[in-house]
Amino acid sequence: MPAPPVALCRDCLSQIPAPTRKPLRCPACGSPRVKLHPELFSLSIAHMDCDAFYASVEKRDDPSLADKPVIIGGGRRGVVSTACYVARIRGVKSAMPMFQALKLCPDAVVIKPRMQVYTEVSRAIRDMMYELTPDVEPLSLDEAFMDLSGTEKLHGAPPAVMLARLVKRMKEELGITGSIGLSHNKFLAKVASDLDKPRGFSVIGKAETADFLRDKPVRLIWGIGPAAQASLDRAGIRTFTDLLRWERQDLHARFGSMGDRLWHLARGEDRRRVSANAPVKSISKETTFFEDTASTEVLDGHLWRLAEQVSDRAKAKEKAGRVVTLKLKRANHTALTRRIALRSPTQMADTIYRTARALLDQVGNEGPYRLLGCGISELVPADQADDTGDLLDPQASQRAEAERASDAIRKKFGKGAILKGRALR
Amino acid sequence: MKISIERGTLLKAVAQAQSVVERRNTIPILANVLIEAEGDTAQFRATDLDIEVVDKAPAQVERAGATTVAATTLHEIVRKLPDGALVTLTADAATGRLTVEAGRSNFSLATLPREDFPVMASSEYHSNFTANAAMLRRLFDKSKFAISTEETRYYLNGVYMHVADSPEGGKALRCVATDGHRLARIDAPLPMGAEDMPGVIVPRKTVGELRKLLDDDEMDIAVSVSETKVRFATPNITLTSKVIDGTFPDYTRVIPMGNTRRLEVDAAEFAKAVDRVATVSSERSRAVKLQLEEDRLTLSVNAPDSGAAEEELAVAYSDERLEIGFNAKYLLEIASQVDRENAVFMFNSSGDPTLMREGSDESAVYVVMPMRV
Repeated sequence: MPAPPVALCRDCLSQIPAPTRKPLRCPACGSPRVKLHPELFSLSIAHMDCDAFYASVEKRDDPSLADKPVIIGGGRRGVVSTACYVARIRGVKSAMPMFQALKLCPDAVVIKPRMQVYTEVSRAIRDMMYELTPDVEPLSLDEAFMDLSGTEKLHGAPPAVMLARLVKRMKEELGITGSIGLSHNKFLAKVASDLDKPRGFSVIGKAETADFLRDKPVRLIWGIGPAAQASLDRAGIRTFTDLLRWERQDLHARFGSMGDRLWHLARGEDRRRVSANAPVKSISKETTFFEDTASTEVLDGHLWRLAEQVSDRAKAKEKAGRVVTLKLKRANHTALTRRIALRSPTQMADTIYRTARALLDQVGNEGPYRLLGCGISELVPADQADDTGDLLDPQASQRAEAERASDAIRKKFGKGAILKGRALR
Repeated sequence: MKISIERGTLLKAVAQAQSVVERRNTIPILANVLIEAEGDTAQFRATDLDIEVVDKAPAQVERAGATTVAATTLHEIVRKLPDGALVTLTADAATGRLTVEAGRSNFSLATLPREDFPVMASSEYHSNFTANAAMLRRLFDKSKFAISTEETRYYLNGVYMHVADSPEGGKALRCVATDGHRLARIDAPLPMGAEDMPGVIVPRKTVGELRKLLDDDEMDIAVSVSETKVRFATPNITLTSKVIDGTFPDYTRVIPMGNTRRLEVDAAEFAKAVDRVATVSSERSRAVKLQLEEDRLTLSVNAPDSGAAEEELAVAYSDERLEIGFNAKYLLEIASQVDRENAVFMFNSSGDPTLMREGSDESAVYVVMPMRV
């Protein structure tokens, strides 16, 4: 009986039995891109992360950019949203202020994001993923979890093969490269996808989990930001080994529910399911101004547009929010947020705007501000929203009707077909 | 201070005090009840700075004096003491403790000095009159369900008590509450001396505390009203409250006078039917659809995720067909206000406010806003 295959050629997708000689090459096509791992064909939780997604799309659409450093980001005061690998070599990172990025990489080509194009590409990728499994949990436009458990019979091939086929198709049909992380839970799959970028295919098996994590820093955990890391630092927790020394109760006592999660993650355990519709918790939009402003009129105009965008998203997702939040950032970057609970959930731009406007008036003029944002949270299905009129504000239901009518017009004739006067301010 | 007081009497006084004190407050003294003993009475005073309640109770005063002690703790202790026990409260100035003795139980509680206890400033009342407890109870009980909890419109967080023109002629003492979805307008004959009363918004919490004074039908309540405060007093208990500093909206515009489609239905049957059909939906705001045809009302709920329900009622209706939706909870609440006659609903269209009253009684009218269904 021949030994079961333990390796996979990522180019021709052939499954290869235990290799007899090194360096390993695919016996079928000769490619060196062979992935060898004892658990390769038994793992089924995957994370797919596109490589420098926005930049890759731009390079695909303009081949002259291929070998140039490309930075995607907006405006004079914006930040880097994506840097291509050429720019990354020079030290440019995501979320870096643009001026700093340009100092490191003065010859970079800066491109304003074309969200519509990225969204289309993202949708195409998502469709490919749905061909593999219905359990796709998108985290953003360019990354998603997939649970391929139990799909082997259906596809006639184990998950690893299907994943390699997915990235191959993405490259061939969309011109986008991605990296795959394959493991036995979401946490490790996400960690894995980041190990070997770009065009990576990394596997963290059950047997090696403990060894793998041992000396890794805890900031590897998705969701541990600078604040959480600082509080872990204070507790003397830097690596997973530090974490393993803690009793479960002690972690819980110190960090609450995050402590419980940490205890499990330290052991490489993560029971969260890949869920196709991870609940959206809030919908918000914000804008950074070209110049700091204290003008109520300018803020008001922006606030309306933001409320409208939030409302559009809410309507698209068929959600309504019970809480409206206003966010302001002063020139010195100190942030200010105000929130208020509504009597009944809303998805109406008019209500979101009016509520946020009242909050803005309450804040008073502490400007100038550099950023304004607004959003809704405590979301409920849209059919529970805005259904009862207001006795004391008879015009409210007329405004709601007007909004529904203009939504219908915009749906038919395009976004700019009908606008409120204040959207032009 | 040393007093002895019957457990039942003490429990009543302390219960009233502990419901006024704020559960979570940052000023420790506000958690305390001030006990003052003199002559043959003990006086229990509690406040949250907006409401003050003073309860006088007969007691054997061995040594006059005063102290303050945590209201909830004292209440818990007294509640757990056996019925009929004689409770002795002794304040020891030297140790700063209050001992509570009853039978073989003995408690020692920390106190705070009486001087620190905030006593609400006394004020001039513009208007003083006497009102029967049963009448006040009706005014507030029938309106309080419509009080808003919305923070943005704080002036709706209470019952607007004022003098108004009665629809039956003359003047009325009127209570109105609304949250924008429903409104209750309750009238009572204007008591003597109330003619010049300024309109005041009585806060929700005060309405709740007031209710405890109104159980005895025959009791006369002395009511005092100023622009900023309102006071309700029985011979033993005085409840003083600040009123909400705001302008109650002009509710008269909201009450539809021209609705012509008239539905008459047995309120209890109607409420039961609404309750039954609403069972299939688990949403917070359940919409019930009312379909009206000649002498027939069909109630239905359609919750796509969980199911559907329908029920028919024989009613008196002779106008054009109408379909209109309401929040089930709102319908139930207003239907349950009806206690003697049939409920009469007056509709206009499916988008307009609907009016409800009891038979032809104009002294209690309710307005409810429909839902889009």
